[in-house]
Amino acid sequence: MSIILNHVNYIYDEDTAMASAALVDVSLKIPDGQFIGLIGHTGSGKSTLIQHMNGLVKPSSGQVFFNNEDINDKDYDKKKLRAKVGLVFQYPEHQLFESDCFKDVCFGPRNLGLPQKEVELRAYEALKQVGFDDDYFYQSPFDLSGGQKRRVAIAGVLAMKPQVLILDEPTAGLDPKGREDILNLISDLHKTMGITIILVSHSMEDVADYVERIIVMNKGRVAFDAEPREVFSHYKELEEIGLAAPQVTYCMQELKAAGFDVRTDITTLEEAKNEILKALGK
Amino acid sequence: MLRDITLGQYYRTESVIHALDPRVKIVGTFSFIISLFLVKNFIGYVIAGLFLVICIKLSNVPPKFIFRGMKAIFFLLMITMVFNLFLTPGEPLVSFWKIQITGEGLKLAIMMGVRLVFLITGSSLMTLTTTPNNLTDGLEDLLKPLKKVRVPVHEISMMMSIALRFIPILMEETDKIMKAQMARGADFESGSIMNRAKSLVPLLVPLFISAFRRANDLAMAMEARCYRGGEGRTKMKPLVYKRMDVYGLAIIFGYVVCCLVFGRILFR
Ligand SMILES: Nc1ncnc2c1ncn2[C@@H]1O[C@H](COP(=O)(O)OP(=O)(O)O)[C@@H](O)[C@H]1O
Ligand SMILES: [Mg+2]
Repeated sequence: MSIILNHVNYIYDEDTAMASAALVDVSLKIPDGQFIGLIGHTGSGKSTLIQHMNGLVKPSSGQVFFNNEDINDKDYDKKKLRAKVGLVFQYPEHQLFESDCFKDVCFGPRNLGLPQKEVELRAYEALKQVGFDDDYFYQSPFDLSGGQKRRVAIAGVLAMKPQVLILDEPTAGLDPKGREDILNLISDLHKTMGITIILVSHSMEDVADYVERIIVMNKGRVAFDAEPREVFSHYKELEEIGLAAPQVTYCMQELKAAGFDVRTDITTLEEAKNEILKALGK
Repeated sequence: MLRDITLGQYYRTESVIHALDPRVKIVGTFSFIISLFLVKNFIGYVIAGLFLVICIKLSNVPPKFIFRGMKAIFFLLMITMVFNLFLTPGEPLVSFWKIQITGEGLKLAIMMGVRLVFLITGSSLMTLTTTPNNLTDGLEDLLKPLKKVRVPVHEISMMMSIALRFIPILMEETDKIMKAQMARGADFESGSIMNRAKSLVPLLVPLFISAFRRANDLAMAMEARCYRGGEGRTKMKPLVYKRMDVYGLAIIFGYVVCCLVFGRILFR
């Protein structure tokens, strides 16, 4: 099972004077179970790209395949696809509408036409998975804090039991603590459920610790698509497109330049610590 | 789907019509609308149609874009036409059971249809070629005399400009929320009317919340900048009539005269 994008192009407002190419010749293969970071500057086409993956947007040219079927075929069941490829939008708390959190999470599974019992079971499970406190289940989602609202919104998609979970900038607008909580939560979801996760972000720092593959977008094109190490070794090019490698990468580069015998392809703090201790002979 | 509503949107491009003074465009649009209600015969509508087509051509806005907006009012158009068609008394043309179509009804239905289409196209053309700011500046200027009788002209135009400015923002927001709910399996496009109405709740609730939030932010921002109404406020870009605008006014005047003479007085 996998998502394959084959030479996808997308133009917003095609055949008007405002036409602008948002995706240019994007080809990708997303195999099962990977944890992927999709990085790019604002306006680089990340959101547009992920909306192709669950059929919300139809490519101007090119194809999108899910499990070897073209999702834009006339008789392809998009509703089923959207249950399998769950998409959590940016600021997902803006989509909450029910009078209590539990009901809101029920919305997704109910749309799948499941029996009431199953709907409620799934909603319960999903809220538990995102670490949501029982006490708040029947509270209005509008009375919660930003981080809690976001958990409810993520649970709303999780309750559909997707095989692929895509999150569009899930940490946007959260404080450092909330950010780390959400990132840990996503990482846990990947570990315990083994689903494919695509984490969209404009910050390398956010994803470096967690993902096994990074796709860098620039002006609608895929600029890099490799392991974090490999991608960060191009830190000069990353800077040119308005991104940066994690702080530790720079730190290691400077240590190397200062004459220390350290590896420079370091991406996480933990690795950096070990490497520095080693270089100091401890 | 929602992007089809072009009424109130601005289409950015360069053209003679875009460059005209907003006051000329407002006067022109109103004259055009009034002329639609004054003409009484076929020739009048041909003249109005020609005028409209020439304006669209000059505006560089693709006709496709303008008529996309028509889809949104198609329902209204149909209702108007059907009512006129069946409920106008006169010589019956065809009749079955209690329903009859009269010659007068048919004529009236067609006239109403054409009138509505022209009216919407004409006013869309104005908003498509004028930025909301310009439009309300123009309106404020044209309504200035009413200040004498204590009509809050500045406030009205401010409200209008905010409303116009918010149309595309709310549209984008609607698009986003719709997509977000569709990602959760919502279906806005099929099912019975009841189900469709119900399916709007997950769209409308977040939309209203976001509209209130935006309104609140805007009010706060205006207050933070000490906004206090129109008294003594100056403009960064004051409106000035140019040569082109004078020609424009002359052409509009010519059009209205033509319409009156051929569409009402000469051929009854
Ligand atoms: N609804 C839309 N209509 C027109 N243009 C859009 C729309 N959404 C995005 N774009 C344009 O497409 C490009 C890519 O946008 P997006 O996919 O949102 O980027 P990102 O998520 O990386 O910030 C941008 O140039 C943006 O202006
Ligand atoms: Mg985005």
